Amino acid sequence: MKPAPFDYVAPRTIEEVCQHLAEAGGGASVLAGGQTLMPLLALRMSQPFIVVDINRIEGLRGVSRAKGATRIGPIVRQNDIIGDTALARLLPGLVIATRHVGHHQTRNRGTVGGSISLGEPAAELPATAVALGASIEARSARGVRRIVADAFYLGPYATALEADEFVTGIIFPDWPVDTLTLFREVARRPGDFALVGLIGALAVESGRITRAGIAWFGMGPTPMRARQAEAALIGQSVTGLDIAAIAELAIADTQPFGDHHATEDYRRTVGARIFARTLGETLQARQAA
Amino acid sequence: MSEHHITLTVNGHISRGMVEGRRSLSDYLRIDAGYTGVHVGCEHGVCGACTVIVDGKAVRSCLMLAVQADGASVVTVEGLAAPDGTLHPVQQALRDAHGLQCGFCTPGIVMTLAALTDGPEPPTAETLLAALSGHICRCTGYQGIRRAARKLAGDPA
Repeated sequence: MKPAPFDYVAPRTIEEVCQHLAEAGGGASVLAGGQTLMPLLALRMSQPFIVVDINRIEGLRGVSRAKGATRIGPIVRQNDIIGDTALARLLPGLVIATRHVGHHQTRNRGTVGGSISLGEPAAELPATAVALGASIEARSARGVRRIVADAFYLGPYATALEADEFVTGIIFPDWPVDTLTLFREVARRPGDFALVGLIGALAVESGRITRAGIAWFGMGPTPMRARQAEAALIGQSVTGLDIAAIAELAIADTQPFGDHHATEDYRRTVGARIFARTLGETLQARQAA
Repeated sequence: MSEHHITLTVNGHISRGMVEGRRSLSDYLRIDAGYTGVHVGCEHGVCGACTVIVDGKAVRSCLMLAVQADGASVVTVEGLAAPDGTLHPVQQALRDAHGLQCGFCTPGIVMTLAALTDGPEPPTAETLLAALSGHICRCTGYQGIRRAARKLAGDPA
């Protein structure tokens, strides 16, 4: 299939993008990496009359440090996140999760901002933003605002972004350097969307968990934050945790759906197992280190 | 519907064209520029047959607009062998390992492996095999393809 006709523009400034989006009144699509938009156009599931390509805007590139946080430009390619040694230290969870996004070839084009804005509920990066407490910066001709990732995802492919807004940055707060990362996903084949996936960060001080951020992907209409498990972990000593009980709490905050790949029960059962296994292995590795 | 002048380099030659905004890079390369080694399978980013190298990186050319390649340097499978016909090491490895059957998926696989083996660091077998997950071979001739990848990484297996 070929896309339906559209106008294509590649502005050089953020202001021009805002202007195009304001004028289009919802009829525009923002093109970042295009690894989801292009299939939607080719299948004519999406028929914008104008495509606004943001790839030529210098100010949307790169990773930078702000006070107490790391700012990721929306058009940073997923493979550039994987290869960033500073990020591996600052945000190991983001780097590990990004390795599981799509395939090598799609990660060469696919962007962080594109995946974050799309809000696919089984995708790694939206859940990563929720787990790590990221904020999403949205711009329009009306101004700029920051939305916490937790409040950004409203449903499958539905976000808090208005039709005239687009993402200009994703801001991840710092976590302590020795923060533990939890990550596991179950997928039929590498590159497929996860049937069940889990991402988390645990900050530990003097043997006690001081901060926890945990989110599921593929386990509900949006990334699902495991609030009860987070609350149960904070303040606890890392030795002698009742891991199985915490896994049950984590599953209690999901709303899995059944489809031809996996039933709801399968997702809950596998979710509890991978949660317990991942938490157990991560704590064991910490002990050994 | 907008139209755009584009100028890019394909296999070391300047290629100029006038394209509609919706023209994919794969259609530009095949239809407008005549590089029919770019195979178009699914046209929505699943099969990997249309993979080419854009500015040193393997990408699916059906998931990129031609107008986005304005100013870029593109390599297709036609650009790999030496002018005297000597095969690129990736092509030779696939040939030696019987890494193709009908050949439809082959150009894409060649370009992914070439982008990685010609990159800044020699890739491990693990890297090459993982990157092959971005390709579908409907002849299911994966074992030969995997042998070729391992050989390219210096694995004896």
